[in-house]
Amino acid sequence: MFTRRNLLQSASASVALAGGLLPPAANAASVTLSPGVPAGLDSSATMATLPGKKPLIKLSYRPPNYESPLEYFRTPITANDEFYVRYHLADIPDIDTRTYKIAVGGEGANGRAEITFDELKEFPAYEVVAVNQCSGNRRGLSQPHVPGVQWGYGAMGCARWKGARLRDVLDKVGLKTQAIEIAFDGADGPVFDKTPDFIKSLPVWKATDESTLIAYEMNGGTLPHFNGYPARLIVPGWTGTYWMKHLVTINALTRPQGGFWMKPAYRIPLGEFPVVARFTTQEDATSTPITEMVVNSLITSHADGAKVRVGKITVGGLAWDAGYGIRTVEASTDGGGTWSAATLGEDLGRYAFRPWSFDLTTKHGKNTIVVKATNRIGQTQTATLLFNGAGYHNNVMQSVTLNAG
Amino acid sequence: MRAVVLTILAALAVGGVAAALAGEEPVELKPGPGLDTVEGNCGACHSLDYIPMNSPFLDAGKWAAEVMKMIKAFGAPINDADARIIAAYLAKNYGPRD
Repeated sequence: MFTRRNLLQSASASVALAGGLLPPAANAASVTLSPGVPAGLDSSATMATLPGKKPLIKLSYRPPNYESPLEYFRTPITANDEFYVRYHLADIPDIDTRTYKIAVGGEGANGRAEITFDELKEFPAYEVVAVNQCSGNRRGLSQPHVPGVQWGYGAMGCARWKGARLRDVLDKVGLKTQAIEIAFDGADGPVFDKTPDFIKSLPVWKATDESTLIAYEMNGGTLPHFNGYPARLIVPGWTGTYWMKHLVTINALTRPQGGFWMKPAYRIPLGEFPVVARFTTQEDATSTPITEMVVNSLITSHADGAKVRVGKITVGGLAWDAGYGIRTVEASTDGGGTWSAATLGEDLGRYAFRPWSFDLTTKHGKNTIVVKATNRIGQTQTATLLFNGAGYHNNVMQSVTLNAG
Repeated sequence: MRAVVLTILAALAVGGVAAALAGEEPVELKPGPGLDTVEGNCGACHSLDYIPMNSPFLDAGKWAAEVMKMIKAFGAPINDADARIIAAYLAKNYGPRD
């Protein structure tokens, strides 16, 4: 029970390859994996190039799951062709903006509307610089390991998104007072019709937040095909699972969305993580949907084990959280005994990556640096993993050892 | 969103013909009993790199649970006999090392 699209792809694959229309994607460059990911990735992960992208770390071809290598995180904005790719389902259509429409309605709406791509661009336009991070970023570092896409550090990126406010689009149909959630579907879908389509919902309060957008521009350009062309949802502060790509359907609901991807998928144990934003209509006695990102940081100037000179060096990286804003980044060179403040860099907004840098003087041999970020509501990173079966919310303080000599 | 059903391809899928995405390269799994069954079933919905990626930390029970998840949660049309063959292959070839 394949879709027509796959049938056509399958039948035409040899022709296309012979004609050079689908360039082979292999790249001889070796892969540098994040420390701690499963050993099986040593043989299966490769650097590979999707159409329109620079080489990314290929974790799975189909559905495509590709993470950004560390060197793409040396600026607070991630370039479109360096941005990671994450799909649950393998049928990803090419979309023509001349026929593309977003259907807006649902039993919680007063009316229905169809919005063309041109009409979407006629709404007042807003911009936000925001981090998109997969809920499972760093899942591969979980101990014990848990099944899933074994992401290292790179299932995230930060871009300047431009689009219409979702609430302006919802105003076209009007919400009933009984509306509790807004549900979203994208044009991509499963290979088999019995596989649950990827549908997500947001509480009305988050859907109508001024920063929640339907974006049709990313860093001043169109969205890459593999990042949701021509329009996707932008949900600043919340994990990537809500940022529906290739958005085609918006439904206001008066009852909780009941699909697989809301439950049991994308759940965290109730109360395990210090998150403020709650999704109460989806909570049950033991679990809640993942919502906002936890505060985190990453050293991006040096990979673990990098060779450096003896003497003064600068280590730098990024910090981010759910939009409360980064208050401090601190570094320790004595295993967490004492901490010194890093220098914060350019502030592109509370939802953006915040760059930071830290000067230190290395001694001959191994030099270990631990970094932690704290946000403006006092949340900080954990020293040890808060384990959960899906491998979400890993914000363990990163430790990097540099070899000076 | 998309779910245009074409039953012709179900038969092809069982025969191990899977639709590729642009740039997809063959993933070679370890040879052994059951490999054909793994390629024919698992490869219909996802590339086979999912298997080595999730190794070597899932024991026989956890690999069997993954196969059941594909059937129960994701609707994979895998019969009981094939499910047992797949789980056994995965445990033997991609289970924890001693």
